[in-house]
Amino acid sequence: MNRRKLSQNAAFSLFWAAGIMSVLIMAVVVGYVLVKGLPGISFDFFTTSPRGGLSGEGGIYSTIVTTFYLVVVTLAFAIPPGVGAAVYFSEYSGSTVGSLTGKLVNLARFGVDTLAGVPSIVFGLFGYAVFVTAMNLGFSILSASMAGACLIIPVIIRTTEDALESVPSGYREGSLALGANRWETTWKVVLPAAFRGISTGILLSAGRIVSETAIFFVTLGGSYRVPHSLMSGGRTMALHVYYLAMETRAFDRAMSTAAVLVGLVVVMNLGINTITGRITGKQR
Amino acid sequence: MTFGTKRDCTQKIMRTVLLVSALTSVLIVVLIFVFTAGRAAPAFHEIGIWKMVSDTTWRPGSGEFGILAMIAGSGIVTLGAVLLGVPLALGSAVFLAEIAPEWIAGAVRPSIELLAGIPSVVYGLFGMAVIVPMVRTIPAPGNAGYGVLSASVVLAVMILPTVTSISELAIRSVPAGYREGSLALGATKWETVRRVLIPAAKPGIVSAVILGLGRALGETVAMIMVIGNSAILPAASTGNPLSIFLSRARTLTGNIAVEISYATGVHESALFATGVVLFVLIMLINSSAALLLKKGVR
Amino acid sequence: MKKRIAGFVTLSAAVLFTGACGEQGADETVEITVVGSTTVQPLAECLGEAWEAIDPGVLITVSGGGSSVGVNSASEQTADIGMASREIKDSEIQNCPEIVVHTIARDGIAIVVHPDLAVDGITMEQARKIFAGEITDWSEAGGTPGTIFVVVREEGSGTRAAFEEIVMEDDIIIDSAILQPSNGAVRTSVASTPGSIAFISFGYLDSTTKPVAVNGALPTTENVNSGAYPIVRPLNMVTFGEPEGAVADWLEFIKGEDGQAVVAAEGYLPL
Repeated sequence: MNRRKLSQNAAFSLFWAAGIMSVLIMAVVVGYVLVKGLPGISFDFFTTSPRGGLSGEGGIYSTIVTTFYLVVVTLAFAIPPGVGAAVYFSEYSGSTVGSLTGKLVNLARFGVDTLAGVPSIVFGLFGYAVFVTAMNLGFSILSASMAGACLIIPVIIRTTEDALESVPSGYREGSLALGANRWETTWKVVLPAAFRGISTGILLSAGRIVSETAIFFVTLGGSYRVPHSLMSGGRTMALHVYYLAMETRAFDRAMSTAAVLVGLVVVMNLGINTITGRITGKQR
Repeated sequence: MTFGTKRDCTQKIMRTVLLVSALTSVLIVVLIFVFTAGRAAPAFHEIGIWKMVSDTTWRPGSGEFGILAMIAGSGIVTLGAVLLGVPLALGSAVFLAEIAPEWIAGAVRPSIELLAGIPSVVYGLFGMAVIVPMVRTIPAPGNAGYGVLSASVVLAVMILPTVTSISELAIRSVPAGYREGSLALGATKWETVRRVLIPAAKPGIVSAVILGLGRALGETVAMIMVIGNSAILPAASTGNPLSIFLSRARTLTGNIAVEISYATGVHESALFATGVVLFVLIMLINSSAALLLKKGVR
Repeated sequence: MKKRIAGFVTLSAAVLFTGACGEQGADETVEITVVGSTTVQPLAECLGEAWEAIDPGVLITVSGGGSSVGVNSASEQTADIGMASREIKDSEIQNCPEIVVHTIARDGIAIVVHPDLAVDGITMEQARKIFAGEITDWSEAGGTPGTIFVVVREEGSGTRAAFEEIVMEDDIIIDSAILQPSNGAVRTSVASTPGSIAFISFGYLDSTTKPVAVNGALPTTENVNSGAYPIVRPLNMVTFGEPEGAVADWLEFIKGEDGQAVVAAEGYLPL
């Protein structure tokens, strides 16, 4: 009995150590970036654009604008097919098992699963081959956002589907019983009820675009000007970190930009947790 | 009556529109495959698929396009990441699911999830500034800090949140009866975890590891920044076989990202071919994860 | 929900529309798009800033992509100007005979080592052998014993191409060299790795790495001008046909006294 208790204690202390270690790792990564980066951040850092070529002077104003612009355009491309697909999977695909449509649904599911696994550099290659060169859109927000949309469509589909499925079936039955058809039920009852969950997914996707570097490295060009149209190239904050670290002497500014990014990620995570009300119980 | 038909009409149109949206992903996958494979075709044709994947020499300047070194590079970096990251992730998962008091788990879980949101370029920066200099202090011939070990450490941190959260979910979804039955039979909590919960959650845990593997294989920017990018087969530099982890290497993803901006002709095509190989590898890995998950759910 | 979705649709339509207009109705400011070599990119950015200060009606957008992308973009007229940090290849001229090459500056390629290394100069011969992997210890190249870590650029980079042509002759750079995809990353690697050696563009020289003399000549502007320093290459801009209008004005500025002053200030070699 004692030995069993002893081995339990030994094992459990290892698990405690693992949990603590994981948190420590997070604290070290985030802490290091913040400690190295925060001193370089001032009001000017946010309001001036990068300049000075090799010396990597200036702030990050234009990269914030590019990031924002890119996120909005990418979401505009990804939300309609993403939410649409999730609605179909959740609300319409149930009655199609066995039929031709059922086969299409299986195919569609397979497509989503595959797309979710494609590494981002392949999206980059695809975007470069198709949008940048074949369609002659050049390094531009348009090219980059279409390539970026491929990355987040599966994320939007999955989170939206989860959100739709958590809407109690009584809502649908009630609406149908009152004479509404399937579409009216979806549009007027289910979607509004799932709105919180869907916004979480959209926020999550926005985060993916903010963090992404590989795709935009080969589709966005990297000009540090403020973009003025969809055909302008640009440089997101994440891309700016890469350029500063790799092309200039300004490693400290790379750290400052990274600190801003990390800060943004923390805020977005807090946002997501607030929206979902931190319902960890839901996962269980 | 006309009102009714109009409603039915909208209903039908929307059904079709939604079905088409659902099929968008398939369309994108097909397009991606067609275009990358299309651009890769000249390289496959001129060099030969088998020669590309079995040759270790990559020297675009002299027309040698073997990518075996990069396949090996991706493989060993991923292996290293799994060896370092998975035990920690599983430990954390068990900790969160079974051991930690709820208020502690409630604080630990979002901290680990935060790691998933940090941009990979930030991990690369951290790797360059912290991990590489640490690895450099290991005394071994030819060790410059840049190499497999640094890359694996960075990747291990990057896959930690994915593997932890999916494994935790797998452990939590073991029916409560299993746990209660085991405890009722007099097993300790640890025996229950080891003999009942982990075996029952195994398919989910394995698929978590495989998904982590897929994520590791696909990582690009952080890898370029810390791995040294030499297109060579990783090899041990001393009698100790572990010194293979101090070797420099290049990943498939890195091969594409490092050279795509300068490549033309067959060279460019060979980089697209690298993309096709990566795409196929990851598809194989992910579908095996999906199969296992299905089995687990039954 | 409906309103929000409608909002998104309107927004994306508006964005698309302004995008289309921006292309045609560029009435006030003239945009010059410049694409290509990441080595020329920072210099072009500075030259752009200097010219915009003189002619506020111009907006110069500089993107990277690499020398080949630069030449292609000019050939296919997807950019006004392509940048290349190497000579234009015969195949590229055959592919598009209309392209016109403008050399805007010269760039020396310096050989740099880790700052703590007690080596001040090497011969071309030693450089060739070090980068080919024939010499692997500093004791064989005039230093104290210690492993040599070679750091290089990727295949296809203009800096590497020029270095291979001038220094390596028929030898091949060793495959196990640490490879970094940009001048900045090469410099960071050398600055932090004891015993390392690399070649970088003059524009990237600073106190974090130590330049060594090649055949007795340190990498300085004077030595390049006198012909004593051997590793030099042109930095080029490429246009489709003879440049006109704003593009011609800018190129004129670059080649003129003020433009060349910017070139010198950035650490490159004036024409």
